[in-house]
Amino acid sequence: MRTRTEPRFVRIMLVTTALVFLGIFLVLPLACVFHNAFAKGWGYYLGTLRHPDALAAMRMTMITALVAVPLNLVFGVAASWAIVKFDFKGRDFLLSLIDLPLSVSPVISGLVFVLFFGAQGVMGPWLTAHNIQILFAPPAIILATIFVTFPMVARELIPVMRAQGSEEEEAALTLGASGWKTFWRVTIPNIRWGILYGIILCNARAMGEFGAVSVVSGHIRGLTNTLPLHVEILYNEYQFTAAFAAASVLALLAIVTLIAKTFVEAAIRSGR
Amino acid sequence: MSRRFVQPSILPGFSLSLGFTVFYLSLIVLIPLSMLFVKTATLSLSGFWEVVTSARTLAAYRLSFGTALVSALVNAVFGLVVAWVLVRYSFPGKRIVDALVDFPLALPTAVAGIALTELYAPTGWVGRYLALVGIKGAFSPLGITIALTFIGLPFVVRTVQPVLEELDPQLEEAAASLGANRWQTLRKVVFPVIFPSLLTGFTLAFARAIGEYGSVIFIAGNMPMKTEIAPLLIMTKLEQYDYAGATAIAVGMLLISFVLLASGNFLQWHISKKLGKA
Amino acid sequence: MLLKKLYNLVIVLAAGLALAAPVAAASKVTLLNVSYDPTRELYQSFNKSFADYWFKTTGTALEINQSHGGSGKQGRAVIDGLQADVVTLALAYDIDVIAAKTDLLPGNWQSRLPHNSTPYTSTIVFLVRKGNPKGIKDWDDLVKPGVAVITPNPKTSGGARWNYLAAWGYALKHWNNDEGQAREFLTALFKNVPVLDTGARGSTTTFVERKIGDVLLAWENEAYLVVDQLGKGDYEIVTPSLSILAEPPVALVDRNVDRHGTRKVAQAYLEYLYTEEGQEIAAQHYYRPRLEAVAQKYAAQFPSLNLITIDAVFGGWKKAQEAHFADKGIFDQITQSN
Repeated sequence: MRTRTEPRFVRIMLVTTALVFLGIFLVLPLACVFHNAFAKGWGYYLGTLRHPDALAAMRMTMITALVAVPLNLVFGVAASWAIVKFDFKGRDFLLSLIDLPLSVSPVISGLVFVLFFGAQGVMGPWLTAHNIQILFAPPAIILATIFVTFPMVARELIPVMRAQGSEEEEAALTLGASGWKTFWRVTIPNIRWGILYGIILCNARAMGEFGAVSVVSGHIRGLTNTLPLHVEILYNEYQFTAAFAAASVLALLAIVTLIAKTFVEAAIRSGR
Repeated sequence: MSRRFVQPSILPGFSLSLGFTVFYLSLIVLIPLSMLFVKTATLSLSGFWEVVTSARTLAAYRLSFGTALVSALVNAVFGLVVAWVLVRYSFPGKRIVDALVDFPLALPTAVAGIALTELYAPTGWVGRYLALVGIKGAFSPLGITIALTFIGLPFVVRTVQPVLEELDPQLEEAAASLGANRWQTLRKVVFPVIFPSLLTGFTLAFARAIGEYGSVIFIAGNMPMKTEIAPLLIMTKLEQYDYAGATAIAVGMLLISFVLLASGNFLQWHISKKLGKA
Repeated sequence: MLLKKLYNLVIVLAAGLALAAPVAAASKVTLLNVSYDPTRELYQSFNKSFADYWFKTTGTALEINQSHGGSGKQGRAVIDGLQADVVTLALAYDIDVIAAKTDLLPGNWQSRLPHNSTPYTSTIVFLVRKGNPKGIKDWDDLVKPGVAVITPNPKTSGGARWNYLAAWGYALKHWNNDEGQAREFLTALFKNVPVLDTGARGSTTTFVERKIGDVLLAWENEAYLVVDQLGKGDYEIVTPSLSILAEPPVALVDRNVDRHGTRKVAQAYLEYLYTEEGQEIAAQHYYRPRLEAVAQKYAAQFPSLNLITIDAVFGGWKKAQEAHFADKGIFDQITQSN
């Protein structure tokens, strides 16, 4: 038995190392956010969150996630179906293209939409002529968010579907079920936890994106600010406590995300 | 070697799912991204070369890639330890620690940036002790590395963890019964198996760190030649109405990251092949 | 089948975008003022006052939206299509660029309103810590070893460009227009800068919250704001022997107001800045008023100092921009030789 694990002091040392590392890099920043958020007490905290601009920013963040997540979900399901269930030429290439937005700097992600929809951009003159505002308005914020969160669902679903295999679907089809029926009755129930997992991660990133959204937002108070941008604005207005209060909402959201994720993971495990 | 585009399957929906995937991918990612190259094409090749090799751009590239590399290395070492501890040992609060690892993915980068700056500035909880021993936390390459380590932390842990979980204990037992000591078992049996995933995690953390903007911008200090990261230089160029220059730096960054990622993938493929044979 | 699905998807996408797009034809009149960083508090008060005035005179409710950021960044956003009805930026060059790159407003925009279209002015002063421990009195104290100077990046911040040009102007005067000496002076000054934030607000945060640096080069109004709101008694304002007359201009964005049908109210908005009420609000936020009566009333608050102008010393913004802040300009050269 001794040869199958490490000596006790090595184990303790490794656990301590891991905990100290995580403590410094994860717990301390989190503590710092909440410490600063409540520096002026509960009343002030709630007051800053009830400010119309804060509410407008929360609304914008919510709308963005409500559009971006379902679209990426549909894409994620379609992409993983094509990639896992079929063997075709260029499949690996397609996979790396899907991952592309993860390795592109958020600044560049925002920039490409400026180049595309900006008044000086490719679509600019046409959009101006038809009085359609995309850049510096919610559509660009939503598009940039979709871009940044693009692979989130697909990345989670592909391994789940791969582990599931295709036998059940093939059986259903052989027994005479239609393609759609097989998909809804067999595939979806099998990957439901993977879908949920993907939604949770995608949603967290969609609500928290800063760099790309900052480039395309225009920073109009009460109109095109998301919650992360609102944090920056408050910070620049020397309202540090208010900035951290808004930040704490996002941190809280992150914590809820983690809890939800842990539950889903437990469900996936017991489902196996 | 004539191979059909798609291998026959009784499953339906290939053209629908692939068609939609390609359509959505093109609409959201490829067409917008192609703008980058279109815009850069307005520069002549020598113009492009001049922008990406100017002293300031090179300094920014060096800083971005250097700090990203260091942070990815830190994450590779400590991420491996964390993954190992989470899979192999039990200790109180393990579930919480496990959940906490994903915190950087869920926390908006701007919030991370403000919090880390608050911590590591000379007046901060950690910064003041660093200052005592003469180390500058925030507003130095160290600060940038700290922020990048934070955002890249989950990648190594989350790629290594599942591989460790799947690792067959019989392998280790076999090694032990053949007389290998624990260290030999780890080095010769465990490590080769998890190495490809460690490399994947490292590359992911590295790629993520190169482009990071939101969390770094607060903590960097932004001095040209010293603490100015490449994404900030892109922003700076933009604000001076220099679109071609901005996209040139962006394309340069993309190309370097692509080469690095591709060589990472190649290395990983090479190693797994070698291991498969052995 | 596939085509139909794709078609449906396009419809869904389009509907999503359409739903999310702001309704252009709102019943209420709205104005968008795109401004630079330190004017947040000024326009908060001014917008309230003007909306009241507009409601009283015309009976129309008015909603004024604000966008703030670094001056250059804001100018770029307007060029890229941010629907500003009026721009109120840190320096004329940023509006010149809008006029040069687009047909949003005519090239002669600056002559359309009194005083070069700058209803208020400011200048650059020093903010030091309580008791002025490093004994900073004038520009030449900034290049002494061991003095840490905080200023934003002139490449991205309008205020920082005024800082830089004021220092340059001082050096020229000090060394009888010897450009080589001025260049050396600026090189030494930027050697003493530990953090170069992207905007004026970032620099103030660095100085006040992070306690970094011995002296902050700041807009006069920003310095007063710090003393008043952030640290009563913790900071002191030092007025140097010479500084620059900073003129933050305002302009109507013709194309945008015509498209929105807001020309009349936007014009009135800008003109209101020049009225006694407008000037009063500017002075209360520590901008130097143009109107003589208001200027006299607040004279005690603004120390008189020797002010150079950009036109006299640098031959206007275009020349200053090209010589100093363009790529490979003097600023790039001195920061790269560091």
